[in-house]
Amino acid sequence: MDELLFQDIDEPGLNTIEVYERRGGYETLKKALRELDGEQVLAELQASGVRGRGGAGFAMGTKAGFLPKGTMDKYLCCNADESEPGTFKDRELMQKNPHQLVEGIILASYAAGINKAFIYIRGEYDAQASILEAAVREAYEHGHLGENIHGSGFGVSLVVHRGAGAYICGEETALLDSLEGKRGNPRLKPPFPANAGLFQGPTLINNVETLSNVSHIVKHGGEWYAKIGTEKSTGTKLVSVSGCVQRPGNYEIELGIPAREIIFGLAGGPLPGREIKAWFPGGSSSPLLTPDEFDLPYDFDSIAGAGSMLGSGAIIVIDDSVSIVDVALRTASFYKHESCGKCTPCREGTNWTTKMLQRVADGDATPMDLDLIAGVQQQIMGNCLCVLGDAMAMPVSSMVNKFRDEFEAHLEAARASRTPLADAPAKLDLVGGLVPGVIA
Amino acid sequence: MSVPREVTRHEDAIPQLADVNVPDELKTWIEQRMAMYPDPKSATIPCLMQAQKLHGWLSPDAVRQVAAVMRVTPAYLVSVASFYDMFELQERGRHTIYMCTNISCMLRGADAVMAELEAAVGVSDGDVSDDGIFLRRFECLGACDIAPMASVDGVYVGPLTVDDAKQLVEDLRAERDVLPAKHLTKRPVAATFWSGGAPAGSGAGEA
Repeated sequence: MDELLFQDIDEPGLNTIEVYERRGGYETLKKALRELDGEQVLAELQASGVRGRGGAGFAMGTKAGFLPKGTMDKYLCCNADESEPGTFKDRELMQKNPHQLVEGIILASYAAGINKAFIYIRGEYDAQASILEAAVREAYEHGHLGENIHGSGFGVSLVVHRGAGAYICGEETALLDSLEGKRGNPRLKPPFPANAGLFQGPTLINNVETLSNVSHIVKHGGEWYAKIGTEKSTGTKLVSVSGCVQRPGNYEIELGIPAREIIFGLAGGPLPGREIKAWFPGGSSSPLLTPDEFDLPYDFDSIAGAGSMLGSGAIIVIDDSVSIVDVALRTASFYKHESCGKCTPCREGTNWTTKMLQRVADGDATPMDLDLIAGVQQQIMGNCLCVLGDAMAMPVSSMVNKFRDEFEAHLEAARASRTPLADAPAKLDLVGGLVPGVIA
Repeated sequence: MSVPREVTRHEDAIPQLADVNVPDELKTWIEQRMAMYPDPKSATIPCLMQAQKLHGWLSPDAVRQVAAVMRVTPAYLVSVASFYDMFELQERGRHTIYMCTNISCMLRGADAVMAELEAAVGVSDGDVSDDGIFLRRFECLGACDIAPMASVDGVYVGPLTVDDAKQLVEDLRAERDVLPAKHLTKRPVAATFWSGGAPAGSGAGEA
């Protein structure tokens, strides 16, 4: 497979417009503006079948087609708030090839008739935001952005907007509120952003990696792109591999190759003397998979078929030196910290799940608490404005269910190390019942 | 008095520019930023960040300065700032260390590095040392390829060993470039890096 997004990614100066243009950059844009109308560009995107790389995997061309026609202010928001634990692919794309993204944004705007575009980048990506700002400045100077681009009559503006540290702003409607200068609370859908998004105008929201694909799709045609990958998961995918592997990092793969090839082939497999016991296939929000699922084709539908999700394409590998109890607690506390607090099931559910898992970790729980934890997750899923709560409930459920034995063994070990009740001094709290910890 | 239409426009509570001493540079920055959006209020987060850079934290003065230029109430700005992790509504030091302790970094030993940072800086999570180093645990910073990692004054460094933690704090105290060999931005893409730094594009993507 030839690389698409990562082609010559470390070529010195690729982040500058000189090198990018020398390599043929922005030629696709000029050609498209000269020879195609917006509808034709949109048709190529639709034919490519490219699915959103941010997590949901929704077909990009279809989403762009939802925007109403006609002349009005329409917006594009590039979601560069990459915050899903384990995900770091957009960072590398923006840092090393920002113009690939900028060209993709201009082409996508042309396709959907958009005249105002924004890149919402997480505030922590300081170096990358500065690089993007420089790239946007250069693109303006070379006439690729602004009004009447290359005499086509089409114009679009682009602003790099930095966030300030909130995972929830990667959720598309929270991103819109944040971009409007508010707290990043998700909105009730419908209306969907395609109809009433940023400033209540029609808005297209796409991930950095998705938009970075656009110039390649327009250059080679949607049909060509659709031949890469599988029938329903077209194209290449950047996979961020991290955790207990020998060679962590971003790898560009053709969608549909076995997960084993990524984890063992590219990332080098487990650290010496260790064995892999579980892996997140798509960020910390995806339900855990086990070693007997290494041969799954790594594409959207196969991973979904196994009860998990491809998500952002972040594989986090967990080996036998790590306690699943610790992983569950760390996962839950992250979502507890990041819950915006707007919907009760998420706000309370993430909070109480974390408290219960802390008790499990401390050994102050019984196997019945595991059932309670699993039950709480059911109460969260599908009951909130956005999926942040689900993003905790799904992996935590999978851990408690698939690794129940390990949780119980942990509790049993804690129980066995306690002073037997008969030998313990009688300690009764009249309000709260027996003091936790004395119950052996 | 009429009932204000929205809290951000409660005229009585908006500081007057004449009463607030806004540094010219900040005022210009905010005005330019506001002009970049269809609705100037969109500039809220970038403007607060600019004020925080200038003042070191979002002091009441800093907030009033932004409020006076943006014509919104300080209360509105604080309500926004309190939502986001990178805004500091309490005084912090000259230097900031965000240590990632999320899953990928945890799996590679972040807790031990954090413990060493706490010992070296002499404060626990969320505190500022006497010599002005602010240390806190942070959620995934998006650099799990160099796990365990930290963001030191916005510069990503990793992978960190326990010994690196001591060196990092020494470098900060000496006002030197922190762990120059471990800057993320100097690292080539994984396939190149792990094949020993061969030229970009060779062998990448192949198992």
